[in-house]
Amino acid sequence: MIRFEQVSKRYPGGITALADLSLAVETGEMVILSGHSGAGKSTLLRLIPAIERPTLGAVVVNGQNVSALKRAAVPFLRRNLGMIFQDQKLLFDRNVFDNVMLPLAIAGVAPRDAGRRVRAALDKVGLLDREKAMPVALSGGEQQRLAIARAVVARPSILIADEPTAHLDDDTASDIAAMFHSFNQVGVTVLVATHHEALFAPYMTRRVSLSHGRLAP
Amino acid sequence: MKGWLLHHRQAAEQALRRLAATPLNTVLGALVVGIALALPAGGEMLLANFQRLAQRIAATPQLSVFMALDAARKDATEIESRLRKHAQTREVRFVPREDTLKRLKASEGLGEVIESLPRNPFPDAFVVVPRDEAPAILEAMRAEFAKYPRVEHVQLDSAWVKKLDALLRLARLAVTFLAAVLGIALIAVTFNTIRLQILTQGAEIEVSRLLGATDAFIRRPFYYFGALQGLAGGLVAWGAVLVATLLLRGPVAELASLYGIEFALHILPLADSALLFGLAALLGWAGAWLSLSRHLRD
Repeated sequence: MIRFEQVSKRYPGGITALADLSLAVETGEMVILSGHSGAGKSTLLRLIPAIERPTLGAVVVNGQNVSALKRAAVPFLRRNLGMIFQDQKLLFDRNVFDNVMLPLAIAGVAPRDAGRRVRAALDKVGLLDREKAMPVALSGGEQQRLAIARAVVARPSILIADEPTAHLDDDTASDIAAMFHSFNQVGVTVLVATHHEALFAPYMTRRVSLSHGRLAP
Repeated sequence: MKGWLLHHRQAAEQALRRLAATPLNTVLGALVVGIALALPAGGEMLLANFQRLAQRIAATPQLSVFMALDAARKDATEIESRLRKHAQTREVRFVPREDTLKRLKASEGLGEVIESLPRNPFPDAFVVVPRDEAPAILEAMRAEFAKYPRVEHVQLDSAWVKKLDALLRLARLAVTFLAAVLGIALIAVTFNTIRLQILTQGAEIEVSRLLGATDAFIRRPFYYFGALQGLAGGLVAWGAVLVATLLLRGPVAELASLYGIEFALHILPLADSALLFGLAALLGWAGAWLSLSRHLRD
């Protein structure tokens, strides 16, 4: 489902984020990526939606080599992925409902259908009663749940999350971890980069550890 | 097709929301565009009116025969009978000098000037409507009447119409030039507005891209924004020209009556109004397109 084939990523200035990395994530698998800051976790995740392109090697998603994808084809790749960013990237000029609506508007889902799906996604993350709230009015945990609702509303087959539990208290962080596990339970492939591997320990998921851009033993 | 329509409806709604979100900027933008467009639109309104006037005059060519100032009334009577007997005249109207004086005295502004004159400055005159409108015949009549005794001057109104026509062509050129220059100004204004919009919507553009938005999806609301702002400017210009037309109607009618013409200023013709709105929207769209291709590359 997701395959990294001898992938290297060097940034301008000679910084090597990933070096000759090969990794396969099967359909329906849940993988926890761990490693020190700067180990290359974020870079690895950013290669999947083609936000970054590898310097060497290939990244294959659903049989498609995304590292060689044409610019015009990238949007359609991203619509099949649910992404949760380290900085969440919520839009603060619109309410909770409209934030979650955005991916469906982009995909051209009919408004009535879309409204139903937005509420279903908000229900899944426990924000249904806050749909009219503005993101600034939400707590850190609620903002993270909003980001998750937006990532899953288009029913992607792959969910990618970069440090989804950073800056959250322990209880909230466990809730978030449980949420990812429940998505995985219904067949979504989940890839989470985190410092808090312990949070995911109860779910017996596969762990991949990175160190200096390589797989750590 | 349905999805395409949906995307366009959403883009138009989004553009309207963005316009409504900053009402002051929207109004100021529309005013800038509107005032710039009001100049050529107003010029077009005047031109259309003068053209209508010129056509009306040209449709009934006339000869004005002016007597010498010191000609006696019996000289005028003699000329009148000669004119009436002329084979080519269909209608002869005598305008006594006293009537001309009375008419102009009654008019605002000119009245006092004429009052202060020591004697009547106007000659007796005739307005002659010819049977035939062929230019050669008119010219022959003019030459013949000019040789009549005590006739000071004969004016062929079609010559005046020809001059007016040439003048109107020149004015048309000036209005076109003005429209081109101010059209470029409109593009420049939209270019800048859209640049600011792109900066303001930076987060939304970035997030939309990450969520799988195509370039077309991101650009569409800006196109609508530019076109709507242009259209709003077009409406302002149209309104300004309408107000100017209504304000000028009275004075222009009075001025025309001094020349013995019944004339009411018409508002901008429908075709010209449609052209104004279409061009305004199109230029706004073009400004948006330029701005997007300049500022939305990454």
